[in-house]
Amino acid sequence: MKQLNTSVELCGLTLKNPVMNASGTFGSGMEYASLTDLDRPGALVTKGVSSSPWEGNPTPRVVETPSGMLNAIGLQNPGLEVFIRRDLAFLSGVDTRVIVNVCGHSEAEYEEVAERLNEEDRVDFLEINVSCPNVKEGAIAFGTDPGRLKSITKALRAKTGKPMIIKLSPNVTDITELAKAAESEGADALSLINTLTGMKIDIEKRKFALANRTGGLSGPAIRPVALRMVYDVSHAVKIPVIGMGGITNAADALEFLMAGARAVAVGMYLFHDPDAMIHIIEGLTAWMEKEKLSDINEIIGIL
Amino acid sequence: MIHKAAEVLSVNRLGEDIFELRLLSPAAKEATPGQFVMLFPDSPAYLLGRPVSICEALPEKEELRFIFRRVGFGTAAFSRLSPGTELFLTGPLGNGFPLKEARGKVFILGGGIGIPPLFGLGKELKKDDSLSLNFILGYRSKAEGLFLSEDFSSLGDCRLTTDDGSEGFPGTVTDCIRSLDIIPDIIFSCGPLPMLRAVKQYAAEHGVKAYLSLEEKMACGVGACLGCVVKTTGTDPHSGVHNARVCAEGPVFDSEMVVL
Ligand SMILES: Cc1cc2nc3c(=O)[nH]c(=O)nc-3n(C[C@H](O)[C@H](O)[C@H](O)COP(=O)(O)OP(=O)(O)OC[C@H]3O[C@@H](n4cnc5c(N)ncnc54)[C@H](O)[C@@H]3O)c2cc1C
Ligand SMILES: Cc1cc2nc3c(=O)[nH]c(=O)nc-3n(C[C@H](O)[C@H](O)[C@H](O)COP(=O)(O)O)c2cc1C
Ligand code: FES
Repeated sequence: MKQLNTSVELCGLTLKNPVMNASGTFGSGMEYASLTDLDRPGALVTKGVSSSPWEGNPTPRVVETPSGMLNAIGLQNPGLEVFIRRDLAFLSGVDTRVIVNVCGHSEAEYEEVAERLNEEDRVDFLEINVSCPNVKEGAIAFGTDPGRLKSITKALRAKTGKPMIIKLSPNVTDITELAKAAESEGADALSLINTLTGMKIDIEKRKFALANRTGGLSGPAIRPVALRMVYDVSHAVKIPVIGMGGITNAADALEFLMAGARAVAVGMYLFHDPDAMIHIIEGLTAWMEKEKLSDINEIIGIL
Repeated sequence: MIHKAAEVLSVNRLGEDIFELRLLSPAAKEATPGQFVMLFPDSPAYLLGRPVSICEALPEKEELRFIFRRVGFGTAAFSRLSPGTELFLTGPLGNGFPLKEARGKVFILGGGIGIPPLFGLGKELKKDDSLSLNFILGYRSKAEGLFLSEDFSSLGDCRLTTDDGSEGFPGTVTDCIRSLDIIPDIIFSCGPLPMLRAVKQYAAEHGVKAYLSLEEKMACGVGACLGCVVKTTGTDPHSGVHNARVCAEGPVFDSEMVVL
């Protein structure tokens, strides 16, 4: 059989395969370096970074739920300078694409981060997190109001020369409206979904399970919702879509690709299987061989 | 650090809800006292690993010993494992106790299900003849089971306390240490939060260094998700903020560095 092509193109850049991690579930790769092969995924996506350090939320920050979990980390991060000096420096030694996830409290903070990252050659893409449900100001406010999403997309477009992915929130009535808003102001790609706002109560303690009361739901529990949204968005815009939400194996990944995603990301499941990305990549090629498919692009968006 | 299936060697019931699990895993070769592993229930609905302290590692036999309390789905599943089956494990994780800091009179204070990791610690410290080891171990009651107490008595001076007075000193571990007229040179401790708070306070009052092993809810166990943090008194060098990761910088912390 002839060579299988698993590579996909995203905003003019080639990814050796369409599999990456979802932001916030893999640190900057560094934390998993001894457990899995970081060169294998098509890209690595870093945890959200803001201009100055963020303390994040009080604990408990995580709790398990059926086939998933809730988190309310609150975007704790060491700030851009430490991130560049330590995490980005580490990623210089990794042979794959790097996507830096950006967060901010204000439009100005997002702009500051995007502008500073222009100077960093190791950054292949920016992913703008306008959809974190766990911080009070900024973040989600930009991702749920089409007017504000347009404004921030436009402002960032003017500041960055890097391919810009806007990460969408599922906590809206019509996600395609937000997708179109981002596209109209110059987003190069979209990623979805971020977590769904949820809650758990500890009945023994008669308290909220998370100190933040609510948190973002992720994992297989959200997969059908995510898939439906990826399908809807892929058919509403022309720019490529990165699909995520509960992906665990190659079959799940194929559902998202068939629904229209150009690439897929694995999030919470990496906590269960640090090699999940590699298992998915191998599962995709095995499936291609079985189906006598020579190019993965042939199944993207077939539905 | 590995993420691999480990073979179950044995599961024994030691008390009402207390179980001992022995696994065959090469992780035993790397482990130091106070480290832990993530144990994964075999279930598509319960995906997160359960952090469990290594009670004892036998590197030559590649054997890990754990003692756990059955509290929910995961620990109930572990209690039903049969020899020869496998379960996934990530580890060894975390920093472990700073063995080099041990000197003179060492107090090792354990409470409830915080007791198991102190056994591996005691075994290691016993190799140093210059140390005198004092163990104070707090249990709920004799009925719940005085797990590991016999193992500990072979290591040094060992006092037991029970909340209900059914065995040994009636009261808490810190009540017991305050009733003694010896001031230790260093304290190692693991147990429930109220106990660790009391140990921290005792250590501060007497100007003694104390190392405490903490617990927090975890998702990744390897420092990636920032789920398991504890507030720190100073800026943590890794996070750049006043938070340290229990799974990575911990679980063992200098009591003066953390806000409990
Ligand atoms: C570093 C560390 C070492 C530990 N060592 C031991 C040990 O040696 N023996 C022992 O019996 N227990 C130990 N624990 C506590 C143990 O992790 C929990 O009892 C266990 O996770 C409960 O799982 P479950 O599925 O039975 O309970 P469930 O309540 O069904 O668990 C639901 C979720 O909450 C988490 N969780 C529940 N209780 C705790 C807790 N106390 N700490 C952290 N996460 C929790 C679980 O991991 C799981 O994700 C340790 C905890 C930590 C953080
Ligand atoms: C612990 C945790 C932290 C996360 N942090 C971020 C983040 O910093 N930025 C972001 O855009 N998304 C973040 N996410 C959302 C994920 O990237 C992803 O969109 C979501 O979890 C759905 O994918 P999954 O079901 O495969 O986990 C986080 C998710 C989890 C579970
Ligand atoms: S459990 Fe993820 S950082 Fe500690």
